[in-house]
Amino acid sequence: MEHKQLLIIGGGPAGLAAAIEAKKNGVDDLLILERDACLGGILNQCIHNGFGLHTFHEELTGPEYAKRYIDQVNEHSIPYRLNTMVLSIDDQKNVRFISEQGIEVIQAQAIILAMGCRERPRGALNIPGFRGAGIYSAGTAQKLVNLDGFLPGKDVVILGSGDIGLIMARRMTLEGAKVHAVAEIMPYSSGLKRNIVQCLEDYHIPLFLEHTIVKILGKDRVEGVVLAKVDQDRKPILGTEKEYACDTILFSCGLIPENELSAQAKLEMDPITKGAIVSDSLQTSVDGIFACGNVLHVHDLVDFVSQEASLAGKKAAEYVLGDLKKSQDFVSIEPKGKTRYVIPSKIDLKNGKEDVVVRFRVGSVIQDGAIQVYIDGKKIVRFPRRIMAPGEMETITLKREWLSSNPSSIWIESE
Amino acid sequence: MFKQLTCINCPLGCSLEVLIEQGKVCSVKGNTCPRGKAYAYSEIEHPARIVTTSLPVVDGDWRMVSCKTKAPIPKEKIGEIMELLQDVIVQAPIQIGEILVENIANTNVDLVATREVHKI
Amino acid sequence: MYDIVIIGAGVIGCAIAYELAKYQLDVLVLEKESDVCSGTSKANSGIVHAGYDAKPATLKAKFNVDGAKRIPILSELLAFDYKNCGSLVLNFSEEGKETIQKLYEQGIQNGVEGLKILSKEEVLSMEPNVSDHVVSALYAPSAGIVCPFGMTIAFAENAADNGVKFIFDTPVETIEKKENGFLINGIYASKMIINAAGVKADFIHSLLEEPRFKIQARKGEYILLDHSASHLCSHTLFQLPSEYGKGVLITQTVHENLLVGPTAQDIDDKEGIDTTTDGLEQIQEKAKITIKDIPFSQTITSFAGLRARGNTGDFVIEESMDNWIDVACIESPGLTSAPSIASYVKEIVVDHFDPSLKEPYIARRKGFVNTKTLSDSQWNDLIQKDPRYGKIVCRCESISEGQIVDACSRSIPARSVDGIKRRVRAGMGRCQGGFCLPKVMEILVKQYGLDWKDVHKSNPESGYIIQKIKEGMKDDGT
Repeated sequence: MEHKQLLIIGGGPAGLAAAIEAKKNGVDDLLILERDACLGGILNQCIHNGFGLHTFHEELTGPEYAKRYIDQVNEHSIPYRLNTMVLSIDDQKNVRFISEQGIEVIQAQAIILAMGCRERPRGALNIPGFRGAGIYSAGTAQKLVNLDGFLPGKDVVILGSGDIGLIMARRMTLEGAKVHAVAEIMPYSSGLKRNIVQCLEDYHIPLFLEHTIVKILGKDRVEGVVLAKVDQDRKPILGTEKEYACDTILFSCGLIPENELSAQAKLEMDPITKGAIVSDSLQTSVDGIFACGNVLHVHDLVDFVSQEASLAGKKAAEYVLGDLKKSQDFVSIEPKGKTRYVIPSKIDLKNGKEDVVVRFRVGSVIQDGAIQVYIDGKKIVRFPRRIMAPGEMETITLKREWLSSNPSSIWIESE
Repeated sequence: MFKQLTCINCPLGCSLEVLIEQGKVCSVKGNTCPRGKAYAYSEIEHPARIVTTSLPVVDGDWRMVSCKTKAPIPKEKIGEIMELLQDVIVQAPIQIGEILVENIANTNVDLVATREVHKI
Repeated sequence: MYDIVIIGAGVIGCAIAYELAKYQLDVLVLEKESDVCSGTSKANSGIVHAGYDAKPATLKAKFNVDGAKRIPILSELLAFDYKNCGSLVLNFSEEGKETIQKLYEQGIQNGVEGLKILSKEEVLSMEPNVSDHVVSALYAPSAGIVCPFGMTIAFAENAADNGVKFIFDTPVETIEKKENGFLINGIYASKMIINAAGVKADFIHSLLEEPRFKIQARKGEYILLDHSASHLCSHTLFQLPSEYGKGVLITQTVHENLLVGPTAQDIDDKEGIDTTTDGLEQIQEKAKITIKDIPFSQTITSFAGLRARGNTGDFVIEESMDNWIDVACIESPGLTSAPSIASYVKEIVVDHFDPSLKEPYIARRKGFVNTKTLSDSQWNDLIQKDPRYGKIVCRCESISEGQIVDACSRSIPARSVDGIKRRVRAGMGRCQGGFCLPKVMEILVKQYGLDWKDVHKSNPESGYIIQKIKEGMKDDGT
């Protein structure tokens, strides 16, 4: 059987950054497996600008951001296989994949999971009504418009005010469609303020907060949609229904990490993030399997995906070269207050050297609040925040010296 | 006259009340930080956007080439730019950064490719 | 002039076509939709009922028990998915014990083999996730599950392989009685008509005269969960009808999803296959009685179908006019009964025409490639011959371009996105086509030389694309 020091599953932003960093840190025998026909992942269809402000200090479009990493992959002669999909991984790190060359198995010393995420489809939301053509998740419509060059409809209603939905509202408007409404079931949008203004307000597209779709009309092709206001339990309020004629409905209702392979490899999973449980080296519960990017938890900005993936690449390199010692000496980090989850959820006290970047999201909007870190029940630090919102990821750094006492508990509280 | 704006700098999204006279900002209320005030000035006096779209390609390994205005253009020009692009078809190969339309809609800004497209 | 025109390409029409294809007869199947299996047959529980439900001495009882015996054999011959998983009718009350006993006796009378009444403990050891409120159950080891699309398509393909003609997108609007038969839509002349028009069979009959039966469309809604939830039960779990109504079933499907439903609501609109807020809520509520913690968060889709509920209480299968056979009011257990009904109809036809057997006759059908059951070396052989079998299009279900092209290259080819989905499951997974829809569309474009605008979800009214980008914006001044 063929062996590799490191296999990277996924050639999107996470996989690319991880591979580059692993190579820079001394791993030469590595391979990226990408299921699509090109590297770059979903960035290829994100033709809007706003990427890379943190990383490159300029505003790039998705394809431009991807190109910066693809160029580095080529400069470092990192091998990759396209149109190649991993079918299974086992806990012995045998990776079985398929391409036009056939089915192959590679035994990897280390694996970095970077499969990204998928959109939550209409079916998963139990939205009642007909199932005609014209119902798309926002990303599918984005591919049809931006990459294939086709307009899927002229009169559009969008459910969900996540960024992809907002971006598509503008995109379809620019290409001649009329977006009649964006409905959001929550009392706030999970999209960036900038997108609310520049994608909706610029084009006078109404945003209805606390609204959802209660019926989809049109047996063969969408003919309309009924929106209704929802109460505090997110249940539609009778009598508030209003019908909109439209031929297209886009769903932008959240992203789900693509973790089917992780389940096969029997990784311990976090029910909140729907991603693997990882330590501060981004190592999962299976030795030598690392995870990063949207397969680990859904990020708000690609810059943070790249940062996280670089760390995974570095740590995987240490693992391959024998510098990442196995440890049992972990302290877990627990979310408290309105903190929904934390990544990583445990820190290696014995072998870890670096400060620990902790990323998380809050469960509801918090104004004039703070993130507080408790170590062994004692408040160590307070990071005031003017605003925290579920749509944005929070990042704090835990200094390694705070952990010198070998604590038995760490809490991250957002209030 | 007064105009309501939503500040886009952070998730707080402050509601800004801007007093405007003859197209110039006189005062800004409702902002909670200096960035809000600066935003109000630029958004009222020179609202500008980067326009991104994609154009059909002939003989390329991609069906469409994504592109953007190299710099923000005046907001009111967006419609005119989209209109202008109706008839533009691009021939592969295309380099990333290559100018597809020079000085688009007399904005002194070029429309450039944001993706490389190889000829097939 | 055809010998026989079958109206309707649902499971009944296709099963009859399959039986008649064995003879030297000119047979045409007319279907109003763009593919086989587009009505009641596509949206049901996919259960092979054992046969204890139907009243003894009814057509339902007779055809159910016989059909359930035929399906396993046919599934081998025609290569469609079937699994003999057995079923349990769960009883949650003391009073229910009597009904369980009645069902048991009825089953024996109908000729169902292997029936057994189980105690609570026996049920829980077979199905540990079932609510411990269960009191007893009727176990029917002969029950099973089938892929309703798979079975219908298998019948249709084999019929077409043997010369039966199928014409789609052709609703029957007029039927004239002629001296030696019938003229349909002023175009299709036939000596005999078999009316297998599902919920609209009464309408079709009424084109000549008022039928003795009426059909009420009864809507059934379902929720389908991802593979990850399929381990919840291994048998089909029915609820004993009680004061709370008929109850819902929970079952694995042959493709290892979990299916929960159906509701039962009489509606006027015979096209009313929309799901409803109430219906979807009802399913979740009722299902809790059987299994407390169903992970509905793993729902991948919900759907609704219409059952053709007759007013006679039984199937209506008869030569109601000269050379006119109604096969109507085929509600549950219609899917199970289909092969048996078809065989019975064949007997009537053979009596009429006294046809010779067809020679040569193709008895077997090559099934679709199912990569889930292939070994890696078998899969590699396929890829060696055609690399497109190594190019994955639908990532959730691991469906390759080769499989999709195969579905487009058969005697009843897939012509639409739904057609492909039903045949080879591309787009049937957890992302519901989010990633593969544009790719599947592109394959259809390539395969049939279509314009993208002419790629449909199901029928010609269900296009996906309005226009090319940067085309037509100027026309209406936007």
